[in-house]
Amino acid sequence: MINLSLLTPEIIVLITALIVLILDLLPWRGRKVLLATVGVLGTVGALLITMGQWDLREEAFYGMVAIDNFSVYFKALFLIICTLTILLSINYITRGGIDLGEYYSLVLLATFGYMFMASGTDLITIFLALEILSLAVYILAGFMRHSPKSNESAFKYFLLGAFSSAFLLYGIANIYGVVGNTNLKDIAQYLSQEAALKNPLFLAGMGLLLVGFGFKVAIVPFHMWTPDVYEGSPTTVTAFMAVGTKAASFAAFLRVFFYTLEPLKGQWVPVLWLLAAVTIIFGNTVAIYQKNIKRMLAYSAIAHAGYILVAMVAGNDLGSSSILYYLLVYSLMNLGAFGVVIIVEKKEEENLTISDYRGLAYKHPMLSAAMSLFLLSLAGIPPTGGFVGKFYIFSAAVSGGYVGLAIIGVLGSAIALYYYLRIIVYMYMYDPEKEFLDGPVPFFSAAALVITAIGTILLGITPARILELAHYSISYLGH
Amino acid sequence: MQAITTFFWEHPLTVITFSPLLGALILLFLNKRDVSLIKSLAFIVSLIDFFLSLHLYFYFQSDTYEMQFLEKIPWIPDWGISYQVGIDGISLFLVLLTTFLTPLAILSSWTAITKKIKEYMVFMLLLETGMLGVFIALDLFLFYVFWEAMLIPMYFLIGIWGGARRIYAAIKFFVYTMAGSLLMLVGILVLYYLNYQTTGEYTFDLLELMKTIPPPAIQTWLFLAFAISFAIKVPMFPFHTWLPDAHVEAPTAGSVILAGILLKMGTYGFLRFCLPLFPDATIEFIPLISILAIVGIIYGALVSMVQQDVKSLVAYSSVSHLGFVMLGIFALNTQGLEGGILQMINHGLSTGALFLIVGMLYERRHTRMIDDFGGLSRQMPIFATFFMLVTLSSIGLPGLNGFVGEFLVLVGTFQANKLYATFAATGIILAAVYMLWMYQRVMFGQITKPENQRLVDLNLREVIILVPITLFIIWIGVYPKPLFQKMERSVQHLISQVNRPRIIKVEREVFLVSGPNKMVYWTNVPRIKE
Repeated sequence: MINLSLLTPEIIVLITALIVLILDLLPWRGRKVLLATVGVLGTVGALLITMGQWDLREEAFYGMVAIDNFSVYFKALFLIICTLTILLSINYITRGGIDLGEYYSLVLLATFGYMFMASGTDLITIFLALEILSLAVYILAGFMRHSPKSNESAFKYFLLGAFSSAFLLYGIANIYGVVGNTNLKDIAQYLSQEAALKNPLFLAGMGLLLVGFGFKVAIVPFHMWTPDVYEGSPTTVTAFMAVGTKAASFAAFLRVFFYTLEPLKGQWVPVLWLLAAVTIIFGNTVAIYQKNIKRMLAYSAIAHAGYILVAMVAGNDLGSSSILYYLLVYSLMNLGAFGVVIIVEKKEEENLTISDYRGLAYKHPMLSAAMSLFLLSLAGIPPTGGFVGKFYIFSAAVSGGYVGLAIIGVLGSAIALYYYLRIIVYMYMYDPEKEFLDGPVPFFSAAALVITAIGTILLGITPARILELAHYSISYLGH
Repeated sequence: MQAITTFFWEHPLTVITFSPLLGALILLFLNKRDVSLIKSLAFIVSLIDFFLSLHLYFYFQSDTYEMQFLEKIPWIPDWGISYQVGIDGISLFLVLLTTFLTPLAILSSWTAITKKIKEYMVFMLLLETGMLGVFIALDLFLFYVFWEAMLIPMYFLIGIWGGARRIYAAIKFFVYTMAGSLLMLVGILVLYYLNYQTTGEYTFDLLELMKTIPPPAIQTWLFLAFAISFAIKVPMFPFHTWLPDAHVEAPTAGSVILAGILLKMGTYGFLRFCLPLFPDATIEFIPLISILAIVGIIYGALVSMVQQDVKSLVAYSSVSHLGFVMLGIFALNTQGLEGGILQMINHGLSTGALFLIVGMLYERRHTRMIDDFGGLSRQMPIFATFFMLVTLSSIGLPGLNGFVGEFLVLVGTFQANKLYATFAATGIILAAVYMLWMYQRVMFGQITKPENQRLVDLNLREVIILVPITLFIIWIGVYPKPLFQKMERSVQHLISQVNRPRIIKVEREVFLVSGPNKMVYWTNVPRIKE
């Protein structure tokens, strides 16, 4: 069965992307806001329909795409990320002189790719989704055409990204060679035979898949591209990929490893244990030395991928649903933190070093309060969503018997606290020396900040409902 | 109005804990130029909170060890987390100490704080909510939330309104305490799953968790995870290095709160969590903790003696005083524990008062160096009287509060271990040396500095700040019986919890520490009836 109607949300996003491209041809000056509005309307519409698909449990395209709670949860998350990114971008891309219609279109196309990453139940679907989103993000990374850094970032991302796609593809080919199929269900069935677990070709394929996913979610040692790409890309794009690409890749990573390759746990858990520990320690330690706030947030994003790996290592339902919860919190708080950076940033890369935030609190108290909230949440201090998320993850690790990894995780959080606090120090404990913004905080960006801030607090104070949702989202995923 | 009164009668602890938060929210909406309105409102909110908390004192029942004023509302039911609060004879006084010291601290900042007053008052009130929450929480998750959240306002108070090295001190304070408490977080989680494996129930409810005891081998690790976090807060030697920095750099009110209340969270943590949850480990660790406490007593006193700065002298004296508290607690008998708890309150009063006094001096002279003073008693007789009284209280002069507490601690320790008591007693002598010597150099003799000629005595506001504290100092010194009556049952219950009989049996296979499928022996203990 093709069941095209099940893909309505994806189709809406795709059509919106095309409409935005066409509308950009209008000979009208105010059209940029119109494009953003259309983009937001499209994503919100898709979001509503996605929510309606809760509890549907259907398949489309002959089992290549699944509409289960897992994919619905992630798709809703991606659509929220997309909406917030558009809101944050409106003012930024005008200021940066890159307000071309393609921008929104590419953001929507990347979101389209994200959505299939979460719902793909065939390695081919997942690969196609990965390519769709990657190509869109490669272009977005280089969108600041006149900036050498942005060009460098796009080029680096493209080369290394293509390299990692090759790994993934080679892994898929190996698995296909053994199983004779790329469908996750068939692979799972193949693995139910005892002998299959020792097939070296299959294990090699799995290793290559791990490398491919590891690159996309940016874990050590596959993180090399992250700092440069995050620093050079337009900040809105950095925010978008720091949360969107990461969450989408984790969605596929989770579905493939956690559920399909579950019988091979004995093989991949030790590897991920090590990668998690190294990622947390490395990401947090190196972040301390960063002067550029975007680079710092890049290393912090690496460290956060490490925390999510901890939950993957835990290997139980608790771990899997904690990842879903954590990615939601992470997306909100990270988009919020990047949102403040986007608002404060000026042309020619001004206001991007941490010491530029000197005295921000006494010029823009609300902006600084929001930034402090996001940073404290990233550091995992209660009563914020970041705390509940970390608590959930470490709780999963302890319940799975990985107390050692949980200890490494909390020690990493203690290190992280230092660099997050440093920004708060600059904002609050020094006196301002200059004006930060040319005008008031732009309306749409402020709206995005309000949404993320409220979300971050609510997820910390009344998490019960969302925890239930996250738990419920994984309940149909079979072992 | 009726509804509010009823609500208060039903949820006194919630109202007392969250009314400062409400006050802080109201303050946010005031114009920051209405300085006197902001200050008055903050003071009134904290004062009302104090009067509300008296309700707890008068309606507290002394004839039971059970938690009182209990409230329980499910919060995250899936994980067995609830908003559960209540107090017993141990936490009652810490709650009262918090509501008592906060208005005084706010009053003491009246003229000392000149910039960003609105933010300052907001953080003071937030801090009060956080501290009260720590003392009333009976759910480990809730406790942890308050325990960490409380760091945020304190961090800002030190970092924005502190002295020259405030940023270093603020970050050190935050990172140091956080690093400790994160280990406790892992400890809490392990305890949670252990309890699940024994009882089949997911709960963070402290009262439930107390009913089972983890196997001794694991207790040691859990005790360490909790104890390190608390020991940093106390602070016990050798975890004390954050304290002088934070105390010296914090604004006066910050130091008062830090010394008066924050340090008590550490000792309270031992009483509330370590002792009843890990009784075997507690007994196992008596020697180590007692020796560290004695080292702290003597080390703190010796270092105090050589300080040039009055404020850091008082700061180091806290290390010494808190050593007494720890020693008393780990004597594990009625005298020691009651003495330790009383000494927590005494230290809050007398050291809080000392920081206030140092703050008053600093406001006048903008220096805290002992050498810059001398002969002040002629210029400031009222000040000299208060200072003397508080100094004597801190030394432990009979008739004042310090004596009762220290005496009981030493009696308790003597019963437990004579050698410990002998060494600890030297701390009292040393305390007399450094405090009186400092008092002599600051207050007596000739005025050598011309600036000191022009010093004015205390004004009405400052007298109002110090009078209540001195009244309590004398009251506890002369008639401490009501306090002991209220804490007696809880202390006895605590002792019985540590000494309760243990039935050891193999429960089932569990996943823990050394990986899956490892057999763990388990102790299961029925609830003790008194």
